[in-house]
Amino acid sequence: MSHLKQQDQRFRIAHKEAWIGCGLAAFNIVWWYGFAYTLGSKPPEEYTYILGFPAWFFWSCIVGFLVMVILVILVVKFVLKEVPFDEEVEHE
Amino acid sequence: MNWEVILPLFILLLIIFMIGIWSNRKMRQSKSFLADYFLGSRELGGLVLAMTMVATYGSASSFLGGPGAAYTIGLGWVLLAMTQVATGYFVLLILGKKFAIVTRKFKAVTLIDFLKERYQSKAVVLLSAFSIVIFLFSAMAAQWVGGAHLIQSVTGMTYLASLFIFAIAVLIYVIIGGFRAVAVTDATQGIIMFFGTLVLLIGVIIAGGGVPNIMSELQAENPNLVTPYGHDGNLTSAYVTSFWILVGVGVVGLPQVAVRAMSYKDARSMHRALIIGTIVVGFIMLNMHLIGVFARPVLPGIEAADQVIPLIALETLPPWVAGIVLAAPLAAMMSTVDSLLLLVSSSVVKDVYMNYIRPEATYQHIKKVSIGVTAVLGVIVFLMAIEPPQLLIYLNLFAFGGLEAAFIWPVVLGLYWKYANKHGAIASMVVGIGTYIPIYLYNDTYGNLLGVHAVTIPVFLSLAAFILFSLLYKKEAYYY
Repeated sequence: MSHLKQQDQRFRIAHKEAWIGCGLAAFNIVWWYGFAYTLGSKPPEEYTYILGFPAWFFWSCIVGFLVMVILVILVVKFVLKEVPFDEEVEHE
Repeated sequence: MNWEVILPLFILLLIIFMIGIWSNRKMRQSKSFLADYFLGSRELGGLVLAMTMVATYGSASSFLGGPGAAYTIGLGWVLLAMTQVATGYFVLLILGKKFAIVTRKFKAVTLIDFLKERYQSKAVVLLSAFSIVIFLFSAMAAQWVGGAHLIQSVTGMTYLASLFIFAIAVLIYVIIGGFRAVAVTDATQGIIMFFGTLVLLIGVIIAGGGVPNIMSELQAENPNLVTPYGHDGNLTSAYVTSFWILVGVGVVGLPQVAVRAMSYKDARSMHRALIIGTIVVGFIMLNMHLIGVFARPVLPGIEAADQVIPLIALETLPPWVAGIVLAAPLAAMMSTVDSLLLLVSSSVVKDVYMNYIRPEATYQHIKKVSIGVTAVLGVIVFLMAIEPPQLLIYLNLFAFGGLEAAFIWPVVLGLYWKYANKHGAIASMVVGIGTYIPIYLYNDTYGNLLGVHAVTIPVFLSLAAFILFSLLYKKEAYYY
């Protein structure tokens, strides 16, 4: 019985973390798409440049990547829980 | 021959060879040959885990084909390549802990072991083994061709001699070392890829006179090169976005990636791998493709896209540095090939031979068969790559989508949906592959159906088929 309960607990955590993965990917897509196809849809003569890159590219690809790295680090540090993977953790 | 370039390359091959021997010695002390040969005894730490995923995933296309396309198409292709950042975190979070727990419980060593236990169906196993052998075989052969071309462009040797060197190097260490050798050398190669990318990026930016200068030259040549729409304005947002499925989230369904999600030691390794993997994948994808774009003003007029990276490295870097940097794509191809080789041989030996032909085989016998099958497969791929059919290059890209269409739902829904059953899994695999191949061929001749990559529609159809057939047959909940 205690064994079963512990299983449930581990799977609950795993399910939550899988949803977080979906959330991160959804956020990533929105950020990536949003900057690329709004700032980037202007005619190229009207582009502004940041650090030499067109603004759409700078925000979508460079900043977007850095934002994802920061989010992943935050999620790992503050949200993910450590669980044992093996079975033999049966007490009593 | 250009020895200053060849020597660092040669030293790399030697180091890889040594690692194979070292891993083999470690394996002799282990109790379970199978788990060790194919899985490294589930004890990969965070860094090795992240690097092995990066190195397996980052193949010839990330280092040769991709940057070559970026050279022709411009920043739009870099945007497309950035869909791959998701692979760094998505696979590990989705398969994540549940897959690690369940595969340990099932004592699963391959993806097919997992499917076999979960669905209890011979048809699922045979369909899976069949798709793995067919699709990965083509993917592998294409990598060998790429590797041989690269050695050829650096050394000036004939294609056949280059292919031979590449093949010998790969075969030796896969055969003697198994998964641990593959994983550990992947880690070495991942690190080489990371620093090689950095050095080459700096070299190209200096040669091009800084980023603002490169951008204004690109814009002067063709303003479309700095837009998200490609050099001819034909790269639509729908098509680029559909790559989120092919090379972003769909990667969950690739057996060579999924098998790595069952090999980590503990939750802590997985957490570290999440961070390292995201950083390394994003860094390599962003910068390798940027290098392709930046190379255009520096070295205009390259005809063969695959040669952009070798040529720009030889052009902008001192010879010995170029040698080390070019070790990066070579490393990428070798590590992809070795993982695929191992996976194909594990499907044949474990999933078909041991399951259905000789279930009572002894340890010694399995060991002999495993090593023998791996060697035979390597030789067949070599023979195929001697005169590569043009089709092979297509088959490589094709393989990715085919595997995803076949495996994504049986894996993901099998793991998370309690009503998933074998009827759903079989329907999903048949529909996935059965619609992917015709749509791929259709797109090839008539242009993209609905303007998206060929994998998109089959992924949705196979999801529908999975759910429909699972519910249609019998609604019986499954608990792990």
